[in-house]
Formats: sequence, structure tokens, C-alpha cells
Amino acid sequence: MADEEDDIILADLSDEELVEQMFDDLYDGLKEEIEESVNILLERGWQPYDILTKALVGGMTIVGNDFRDGILFVPEVLLAANAMKGGMFILKPLLISTGAPRVGKMVIGTVKGDIHDIGKNLVSMMMEGAGFEVVDLGINNAVDSYLDAIEAEQPDILGMSALLTTTMPYMKVVIDTMVEKGIRDDYIVLVGGAPLNEEFGKAIGADAYCRDAAVAVETAKTFVGRKHNQLAAG
Amino acid sequence: MTNPLHDLLSTRDWLLADGATGTNLFNMGLESGDPPEFWNETRPDNIRALYRGAVEAGSDLFLTNTFGGNASRLKLHNAGHRARELSRIGAELAREIADTAGRRVIVAGSVGPTGEIMQPVGTLSHADAVEMFHEQAEGLKEGGADVMWVETISAPEEFRAAAEAFALADVPWCGTMSFDTAGRTMMGMTSDGMAEMIETLPNPPLAFGANCGTGASDLLRTVLGFAAAGTKRAIIAKGNAGIPKYVDGHIHYDGTPELMARYALLARNAGAKIIGGCCGTMPEHLRAMREALESTPKGDSPTLERIVEEIGAFSSDSDGTGDQSGAPKRERRGRRRG
Repeated sequence: MADEEDDIILADLSDEELVEQMFDDLYDGLKEEIEESVNILLERGWQPYDILTKALVGGMTIVGNDFRDGILFVPEVLLAANAMKGGMFILKPLLISTGAPRVGKMVIGTVKGDIHDIGKNLVSMMMEGAGFEVVDLGINNAVDSYLDAIEAEQPDILGMSALLTTTMPYMKVVIDTMVEKGIRDDYIVLVGGAPLNEEFGKAIGADAYCRDAAVAVETAKTFVGRKHNQLAAG
Repeated sequence: MTNPLHDLLSTRDWLLADGATGTNLFNMGLESGDPPEFWNETRPDNIRALYRGAVEAGSDLFLTNTFGGNASRLKLHNAGHRARELSRIGAELAREIADTAGRRVIVAGSVGPTGEIMQPVGTLSHADAVEMFHEQAEGLKEGGADVMWVETISAPEEFRAAAEAFALADVPWCGTMSFDTAGRTMMGMTSDGMAEMIETLPNPPLAFGANCGTGASDLLRTVLGFAAAGTKRAIIAKGNAGIPKYVDGHIHYDGTPELMARYALLARNAGAKIIGGCCGTMPEHLRAMREALESTPKGDSPTLERIVEEIGAFSSDSDGTGDQSGAPKRERRGRRRG
């Protein structure tokens, strides 16, 4: 924190300064300030998509990197994501009405028997922070709940989370059922959770294991990019 | 205050705790996603076998099968109202096994996290958390637990709520947190931060420490952190038996009994007094740990390099303690006031 405790009037800042200020405000989880800044940029004629990618996604990338590097922890990231959400609430209808490009869509949920949704919520928020559309199924999802949702939502990605050693094997149950139904390869399957590791992800047939929410975002971008390229080629 | 665990701690240099609950129950046929606590009622013989496995392998203390036995967790299985009852039954079965062990064995009533995030970041209020922990503690006490044992906690607020609940139930307790994120808890607490917090509690625990997390090496680094903080309290080390792997349809931890025996000796040398395992730790691991602790004299506290040499690498370079803490937080260019 700087020594001078001067008040900053957001509306007085230049565009460039305001975006920098939004990075700071996201980092500190200041929701009202983010909302105010989004509205100021809209009034200045910024495209909703530019506000999303340049200001919000830009700021959340810094938060994600510091989370990945062990400088920020869950409480700070939750506050930052909450501030981001405030901005997204304003932008979402405008993004749809302006036909802004879609980054990708994810269905995510914590597996059956597992109430621990902290990690899953972080991934949801960081994915939204990166511009993805996220359908969150909440906790305690049985196979049918995942299958119904991917059929209805047609996402690019299915994300599953588990915190307990007693629930992590259930991910394999879901993936095996997808294989049986012949739909496994229609989706990118990402898994995560404290007791998991890369080898586990491979063994149960997921596309990737994501160590934390920041890695989940990077992995999702890579896979969705690859999928789009394949579609373009095919 | 006199208590069986207090007595045992004052007469012994080290105590062997138990190993895994979930891993053992899976081997008995527990389906993934089902609540282990239901078995206290529906398959008591399996739970007796779980407890007996630890006792016969030489554990001086074992945890009840009540980790998920709080209202918040049981609610998932439409059994939120049964927290006290299922906890009581879990403790009664444990009491039965401990009392017929032929030596003094401590029953520790396991209390796991609520799974929710506490205010102000999350939604769970302090009062509600205290009430849930209190309810479970009363059940465990009725069932005959010698001591409460809160474990796998990430948030200091939740740890404090459990401590307050144990004061309300008027029971002695122990508590461990899980340091799984670059050497800190998921909520960012360091080992020295925990040692400091413990001293601010009005009813401090008989012993405190770390459980689960990321492999046995990381856990030992955390124990070194507690010791470096200068605590006078007994330190608990309950690390996982290696890393989980998926083999032939079930979860297998790659830590061998020999590795866990080396871990147990290192844990004692690092300053831990209550030493056990967590996920993946089976009776054969406990047996090897007991034998090693009995046949080897206590040595010097290990360096980080020694830990890596003996049981493997750490999951992160730093654990956030001392002068090895990570990069400074991002600096703001100015502060805005409302």
C-alpha cells in the first residue's frame, strides 16, 4: 500500500489510469468501485467486450497468477471474484445484445457425496473472470445430474471437483458412463480437487487435471482453442 | 484438569495415533459418495474392524468414524438432524474397542470441517458453526470419547468456532489443520500463524498440529514450522501415506510402510509427540511406524534437505514462514476512500 492515502476520484482518471485502477480494485476485492468503473467506461463509449477483456479479465489474470504463485489465497480470490461478478452483472446483458464473441462454455459441479465447493466456486469464478460462460451445478452431483446438464447446455467443457478421498473415485463413474453412452469425446473433461493429481486424472480418463483455478483457466483456454482449430480443419 | 490423554502425554515421549479412515472403509466396500458415518449404524462390525485395525497395529490413540458427522455435511444425505446421534454411535463403538484393548487406548472424537466458508468471505456465521460443532461434540461426549479431535481445517475462523464449541461442551480437545497450498492452508494460514493463534484461544488444545495435505514431506516441514514457533504444546503429525494413485478401480497411496516408518522417525525428531498417518495409512503402515519408533532413539531435528533425501521432495519451494515467505503483495498506487 502506498503511503499517501489520497482519495481517488474514478471519474477523473484517464481511460488508461482507470483500467490500472480497476486492476488494483479487483485485487483488493472492491465491488462497488468495480461497478462504478464499469459504468464510467460504458459512458465513455467503451464496448462491453473491451471492458470485459481489457479491464476485468486483465485484472483477474493478475489475481490468478498471484494465486497460482502462492501470494494470494482463497479468501482474497473470493473477494476479487465477487468484485468481478459485480462488473459482469452489468456487462452480461450488454455482451449478449452486442453479439460479443463467446470464449467457451463450461458445466461444472462437485461430485456426489462431496459438499466441498470452495475449489469448484473458485474455478467457476476464475473461468467467468476469463470470459467463459459457466453453468454451476453446485454440490453433490450424481451421474444423471451431469449428463442432463451437458445435454441441455451443450458446453465445451465438463468440470468435476472433489475434495475428499471418499468422493474422488466418483469422477470415474461419470466418465465411464459418458464412454458407455458414446458421448465422452464430445466434451473436454477437466477434473480438480485437493487429493487429485495429474496421474489420477489420466487414469480415470479425464482430458486434464487442473491443480488450481488459475491452471484450470489456462487449461480450458488451450483445450477450447485446440477444439476450435479441429472444427475449422474438419 | 485430568484427562486420559493428558496423563498419557505426561508419561510418554511419543504416542502413535491411527491412520486412514476413508481408505480403510473403501477396502471394506464403502461406495464412493456414500457417507461413512451411516456405517456406524448400519454396519457396526465394519467400523469395529476399522478401529481394531489401528489398535492391533499399536495405535495409542484412534479417531472415531465421525469426520463428516456434522449437520452441514450430513444434510447432503438428508441426515442433518442425525449429527449428534451418529456421532454418539461412532464414539460408543470406539469406546467398546478401546476398553477391551488390554492397554490404555485413547478415543478421539473426530470432527471434520463444515465444508462451508465462514463470514465475511462466505455465508456461514460464527454462531451457526459453533452450534454445529457443539452438537457433534455433545454426541461424541455421550458416546464416551476421551477427547475431541478437530481435523483438516483450513480457516482459522472455523478452528476458533470448534474451540468455542468444545468449551461449551466442556471437553478437552486437540486440533489439526491441513496445509495443502504451497505449505499453507487453503485459506492462507502458515504453520507459525497457527501456533500463534493457538495461544490466543481461551481454551487451548492439549495438542495441535497438521494432518492430510500434500504428502508426508510437506507435513514434516509444517511440523518444523510449529517447533520453530517455540510452542510448548504437544505437536501432532498425521501425514498421508504418499500420493493417491488410481490402480485397478480403486485409490492406492504410493507410500510404503518403510516410507511411513522413516516419516514417523523424522516427525518425532522434528518435534512431534503424537504421530500418525492420514489418507492411505493402513494397519501395516502403523505397525512399521510403531516398530521404528520403539527401536530407534530420538535424533536431531532434521533439516529440510534431510527430509527430501529420506522421503521425497516438497510440493512447493516455500511454506510462507520466516524469511522464506513469498514475493510481497502487489502494491497499490493510491488508496481511495469512500
